Amino acid sequence: MAKTVETVIRELSGPTPGQIMRSKVFGHRGLMIGGLVLLFVILVAIFAPLLAPHDPYHQNLMIRMRPPVWYDKGTWEHVLGTDHLGRDYLSRLIYGSRISLAIGLIAALISGLIGTAMGIAAGYFGGKVDMVVTFLINVRLAMPVVLVALAVVALFGGSLQIVIMVLGLLLWDRFAVVMRSATLQLRSMEYVTAARAIGCSTRRIIFSEIMPNILNNLIVIVTLEMAHAILLEAILSFLGLGVQPPTPSWGLMVSEGKQMLLFEPWMITIPGVALFVLVLAINLMGDGLRDVTAPENRN
Amino acid sequence: MLVFTLKKLGLALLVALAVSMLSFALLYLSGDPAAAIAGETASDSDIEAIRIFYGFDRPLLVQYGEWLFNAVRGDFGQSYYFQLPVGQLIADRLSVTMILGVCGITFALLTAVPLGVAAAVRPNSLIDRVALFISVMGQAMPSFWFGLVLIVIFSIQFQILPPSGSESWRHFVMPTIVLGYYAMPGIMRLTRAGMLDVLSADYIRTARAKGASEMRVMFKHALRNAIIPVVSLAAVQMGFMLGGSIVVESIFALHGAGYLAWESIGRNDLPTVQALILIFSLFYIVFTFLSDLLNAWLDPRMRVG
Repeated sequence: MAKTVETVIRELSGPTPGQIMRSKVFGHRGLMIGGLVLLFVILVAIFAPLLAPHDPYHQNLMIRMRPPVWYDKGTWEHVLGTDHLGRDYLSRLIYGSRISLAIGLIAALISGLIGTAMGIAAGYFGGKVDMVVTFLINVRLAMPVVLVALAVVALFGGSLQIVIMVLGLLLWDRFAVVMRSATLQLRSMEYVTAARAIGCSTRRIIFSEIMPNILNNLIVIVTLEMAHAILLEAILSFLGLGVQPPTPSWGLMVSEGKQMLLFEPWMITIPGVALFVLVLAINLMGDGLRDVTAPENRN
Repeated sequence: MLVFTLKKLGLALLVALAVSMLSFALLYLSGDPAAAIAGETASDSDIEAIRIFYGFDRPLLVQYGEWLFNAVRGDFGQSYYFQLPVGQLIADRLSVTMILGVCGITFALLTAVPLGVAAAVRPNSLIDRVALFISVMGQAMPSFWFGLVLIVIFSIQFQILPPSGSESWRHFVMPTIVLGYYAMPGIMRLTRAGMLDVLSADYIRTARAKGASEMRVMFKHALRNAIIPVVSLAAVQMGFMLGGSIVVESIFALHGAGYLAWESIGRNDLPTVQALILIFSLFYIVFTFLSDLLNAWLDPRMRVG
C-alpha cells in the first residue's frame, strides 16, 4: 500500500495545533461542564417565550404563594410554585435568565472596550500615558463598587439600561490591569520591533500584532467580569436599587422572597440557586479557558 | 525605603484627592440639590432660600474647596435626613463596621491559610480538592443569598443565632462568616500557590538536608516566605470588605456604616452618601498603602518602583 505524501507528512509531524487545542478543550472537565451549562442557560434565554408555561407578568391573587410541586400542596400547573402576586415562578425564572445574561454580556463588553483600550495604551506607549492609566486604575479601585453603583442608580433611577451602563463604566479595572501587563510583555517582542522597523503604523501594530496575541487573556477576563457583573446586578436589585419590579430579575426575586423567609424558604432558594449555577458555570468556563489558552496566568 | 514610602504616600494622597472630587461631583449629577432638599411641594422662593442657606449659589470650585477643607477636619456637613452632623453620624456607626471587618478578615485568614497550606503540602489530594471546591463555591455564591440561607438554617430551623441586630457577639457570627467567605478564595489560592512555589526552593531542600523536622520546615522556612503576598492581599481585601459591608449589614440589619449608606441612598441624603463613599475609599487607600509598606519591609526586592 502506497501512502500519499500528505499522510506521511501528517504521521511524521504529529497532531496539528488545532487537534491539540481540540483535545485540550474537550478533555478539560471544568471547561466542558461550565460551557454546557452556560449554553443551556443561553438557549433557555433565547427560547424563553416557547419554554415558559405562563406569562411571567400575569398576576393572579387567587393563587398566591403556591409552593413548588415537591411540596404537599404543590401542583404541576405551577411546577416551581407562584410568588406573592400569584405569578408563575418557573416562568419568571426562565425570563430572568435574559436579564442576567444581557447584563453580564453588555456590561462586560462596555467595560472590556474601556479597559482594553486603556490597558493597551498604557502598556504600548508607556511613560506619561502609563502613569495616567495606572493612576486612573488606582482611583477606580479605591471607589467602593457596590456603594457607588447604588448611589448612581438611585440618582438616575433603576432601569435595565442604567444598571448596565453603571456596571459597564465601573468594571473596567481588571481589563486595564491585565491588558496593560500583557501588552508590556509583547511590546519588546521581536515581531513587534520588526513591524516597527518596516514602518508599520502604530494602529497597524496594535491591531495586527498586539491584539491577536492578547486575545486569549481578554476572553478569560471577559468571562470573569461577566460573572462579576451578573452578581453585582443581583446585589443591586436585591438591595432595591437595580432593575425595578415587575421585571423578573433573579436578584429581585430573592429580595421579594425575603419577606416570606420564615414560611416559604423555597422562594429565595430557587432564584438563588439559578444565580449560583450560572455564575459558577461562567467561572468554570473562564478558569478552563485560562488553563487551556494561557496556563502561565494561573493565580 | 524612605523614598519608596514618600512616593507611595504621595500617590495615595493624589488618589484620595481624585476620589474626593468624584464623590463631591456626585451631588451635582443629581440635578438641583436645593430642589431635592425642599421637596416636591416647595415654592420657587423656598428653593432659592435653601440654595442660599446651603451655599449652592456659589461657584462649584469654591464649594468643593470648602467641602474638602471641612472634610479634612472631619466636618462633612449636615445630614438632610437626620439634621445632625454627618461626621458624628458616621462615627457612631463605624465601630460596628470595623468590628465586622476585623472579624471577617480574621475568619478568612484562619480558615484560608491552613487550608491553603494543607492543599499545597499534598497537591491533588482529597484536601486539595476540598479546598478548591470551597474556593470555587465562594466565588460563585451571591453573598446576599448565602446570608439568607444561613438565616434560614441557623435562625429559623435551629434557632441558635439571632437573624438581625448588633447587640451581642452572637449577632456577628453569621455576618462574619458571609463577609469572610467572600475574601477566602483569593487568600487560599494565593497561600497555596505561594507554598507550592516556596516548597520547591533551594533553601527548603537545604533545611531538609540539615535534618530539620517537617513541621519546622513548613512553618519556619516555607510559610514565612509564602505568607508575604498573602498579608498584603489580606490588607487589600480588608479595604474591599469594608466597602462590601453594605450588603452584609443590610441583610442582617447590623447598624453599621454600610447600613447607614444603604438607608441614606434610599432617603436621598446626599451629604451622608458623599461622606461614606469618601470614607470607604480612604479605608481602601490606607490599607493598600500599608500593604505596600509591609511588602517592602518584609521583602526588600519590592522596594523599587
